Amino acid sequence: MPRLPQTDPGITPEPIRTGIDVAINGENFRHTGDPSMPLLWYLRDVLRLTGCKYGCEDATCGACSVLLDGKLARACELPMEKLQGHRITTVEGLANAKGDLHPLQQAWIDEDAILCGYCQPGMLIAAADLLARKSDPSDDDIDGIKNLCRCGSYPRVRAAIHNAAAGMKGARK
Amino acid sequence: MSASHDASRRRFLKVLGSATGALIVGLQLPARADTPDELLGDVVSRLNPYVRIEPDGTIVIGARDPETGQGIRTAEARIIAEEMDADWPRVRVFPMALGVEDAGNGEPRWTLGHQEARGSTGVPAAWNDLRVVGASARELLVRAAAQRLGVDARSLHTELGKVIAPDGRILGYGELAGDASALPPPNLAPAVKSPDAFRLIGQDAGDVDARDIVTGRQLHAIDQMPGSALVAVIARCPYPGGTLGKLDASAARALKGVEQILIIPKPDASVPIGTRPLATGVAVLADDTWTALRARDLLQIEWKPGALVQSDDALAATLDARFEQAPTTQVRNDGDYDHARKLAHRAVQARYRIATVAHAELEPPNCIAELDADRALIVAPLQNPRGALDVVQTLTGLRPSQIEIRLPRSGGGMGRTLDNDHVAEAVMLAKAAKKPVKLIWTRSDAFANDAYRPFAVHDLVAGLDRKNRITAWRQRIASTSRLAGRGEPRERWWLSEAHPDDPPAGLIENFQLDWFALDSNLPRGNWRAGSHGVNAFAVQVFLDEIAVATKQDPLQLRLNLLGEPLQLPYRGHGGPVLDTGRLAWVLKLAADAIGWTRKRNDGHGLGLAFHFTYGGYVAHALEVSMEGDKLVMHRCVVAADLGRVINPLGARASLVGATLDGLSTALGLRITLKDGRVAQQGFKDYPLATMAQLPRDVQVILVPSNEAPTGAYEMGLPGAAPALANAVFIATTVRVRSLPILPELMRLL
Repeated sequence: MPRLPQTDPGITPEPIRTGIDVAINGENFRHTGDPSMPLLWYLRDVLRLTGCKYGCEDATCGACSVLLDGKLARACELPMEKLQGHRITTVEGLANAKGDLHPLQQAWIDEDAILCGYCQPGMLIAAADLLARKSDPSDDDIDGIKNLCRCGSYPRVRAAIHNAAAGMKGARK
Repeated sequence: MSASHDASRRRFLKVLGSATGALIVGLQLPARADTPDELLGDVVSRLNPYVRIEPDGTIVIGARDPETGQGIRTAEARIIAEEMDADWPRVRVFPMALGVEDAGNGEPRWTLGHQEARGSTGVPAAWNDLRVVGASARELLVRAAAQRLGVDARSLHTELGKVIAPDGRILGYGELAGDASALPPPNLAPAVKSPDAFRLIGQDAGDVDARDIVTGRQLHAIDQMPGSALVAVIARCPYPGGTLGKLDASAARALKGVEQILIIPKPDASVPIGTRPLATGVAVLADDTWTALRARDLLQIEWKPGALVQSDDALAATLDARFEQAPTTQVRNDGDYDHARKLAHRAVQARYRIATVAHAELEPPNCIAELDADRALIVAPLQNPRGALDVVQTLTGLRPSQIEIRLPRSGGGMGRTLDNDHVAEAVMLAKAAKKPVKLIWTRSDAFANDAYRPFAVHDLVAGLDRKNRITAWRQRIASTSRLAGRGEPRERWWLSEAHPDDPPAGLIENFQLDWFALDSNLPRGNWRAGSHGVNAFAVQVFLDEIAVATKQDPLQLRLNLLGEPLQLPYRGHGGPVLDTGRLAWVLKLAADAIGWTRKRNDGHGLGLAFHFTYGGYVAHALEVSMEGDKLVMHRCVVAADLGRVINPLGARASLVGATLDGLSTALGLRITLKDGRVAQQGFKDYPLATMAQLPRDVQVILVPSNEAPTGAYEMGLPGAAPALANAVFIATTVRVRSLPILPELMRLL
């Protein structure tokens, strides 16, 4: 077999970088930095998905709530090394690809459940988690949401969850 | 827009201002762009500093005050849109930066009028000077239409973003904006609408940022990051007034991504709190937040405590002796209390204690500072941007016009960001690092170094005659003044602590109000509604105690005390007049709505309270019970007379929100000291109430009014805590005389 001439192409092939593969809002990302970095800072500093808010460092306030494989989690206590192969949904991923709002987002707007607004992305995620478990939650179920709001938006958050649940129930019929 | 046109408009605006006698500065064009134009889309014209119109008719309105959740952006845009006859769905609102130009000698001249979030002052100021801003924009559009149509401007009228001629011809604002912006401005301020023509003011409007917030697109300051900036976190001395002992930064410095380690020197205590860092510290500047946080953990630091810091308990232990001494300030002295007290048939006495609390706003302090030789840019949660400008000027030597201060939506302010220590820190770091800096406080940072709501004790005595009328009243307030350490002389410290004209002042013949300074090294600061936020607790619980001691109905006692409607002089914010009739009316409304007179045998207790805050008349009624060892709040009513309400939906949000915040704080929040430093480090030991602990619904009753608007944000807070304590007493027969309520209730039950 004739040998091909050996030339230096001048290109050093880039090794495939090892990292942590995680799907965020349906897109695949590979984290190649510090494996102990909490998801919170990966979302905020690396991906600039700043709807995931920083409010505390001990998973108490819920401002950084995300869905981990569809279930409620706090991004501040999720190191990237534990997320290989997992799916994350942030508030930016609640609306569909066309930009149509999630019924909860629309209900939040309809009820004007806002005030300073800082806790609301986390509240929305907590509510999405609740509705995934209970399509028609009672007030007691809603009381199970432990996200903190300093401004006192709770009654409107409650009303918005009831509204969204009713709307989603109607849509299923 | 040409420079000469700009100059002529500025002249017009000055003329207009002086003609109305209104806030002249509010109507001058800023020397610099208020917001980069690329943020504003395809702008064809600018009718005044607050209003631009795009070709498609979109009206872009600038909101000048910092938004912290009080709904000010929405309220301001509604006021301007109302006077413009704008079509609300086609209005877009953007936050304006601080409006400032050089007045010479380094002095600033404010170009946009009111720009702060303090004491619910934004809406009253907007009512005074933004209506004419909208009306002047409308007038330019009408005159442009008159020219285009060849008719007399007076024959035209406007509706939903259109100018309409008598013959039915219609021109949209978008078509007219270019012409309108080129017109010579009018010499006189245009008339504003008569309130009966309002279409937007008085109607509900959702928050203008709602969509961005629910989609995660709203960028608070903490969400912004200039590409070249370093993230800074600071290890601050946890001991008030303490110093840096030993520092070993080698491990932190060795971490990849760490750029610089800088020292914030011990702040000069003679410089007012709020304009300088609260504490000395060691700052880590790194490429990203996580690296900065990890590096900070690697710092080996020995802190040296400063002078002793007094706990609430230690301060309370000094009070018996303190009250024996002369007051620091005699705030009010009507009649002859001592004499009336001696003549009284009986007396009631009680002492109330109010814990130190922290701000705990959800977005912790943070600040982006970008400095060049001739320019500075600040992006931060700010309630007091003028103060921030002063801090930047002092630290950089720049002229006011060289400093741009942006006002992103704050994740709560609660008074914390009336102080600009975060700005001072960020500017110091950016200056030393010679790079843009984004400073972030962690939650534990925010608890450890705050300007806390003061500790206070109120000692009250009432003397009553044989008919149980209150003939003598003495209130002695001892507190650690918010004004201590802020460049104010001691003789003025009472001003933040006691309100000489708060009821029952003026309603009791022999009335004495004294203030006693307590000294503490813990920094103190503004917290929602200032001392109204706690003084109402003492007065309104004491009124209930008098009612109980004399077997009177607490509602009737309050109504008797308020008596026939009176216009009392009121010095201070919210004056010049307090109308006791309006106070009595909201009290009756709240009592009616909660079913005050209905007999109940379910173990539930009802509590009432009223307070006059910053011009707003508010009453609370609350229904509670004990379910086992759990305190359950069943219902809550807030009745409020806030003058004309610009946006009822927003006012309700404010009243409900402040009520729940007041209840949450009253339930269980307090800052304590351990080993000379603040013990609380996070929400786990400073438990803001969750949904499950608060009333599921709060009924709001807004009294219709044509009086000038007062704003709504803080007024719902002061009455919440005393209404709760009064309801708890009826439900449990346990009288709680201290805040927070729960620990004391559990101790006494």
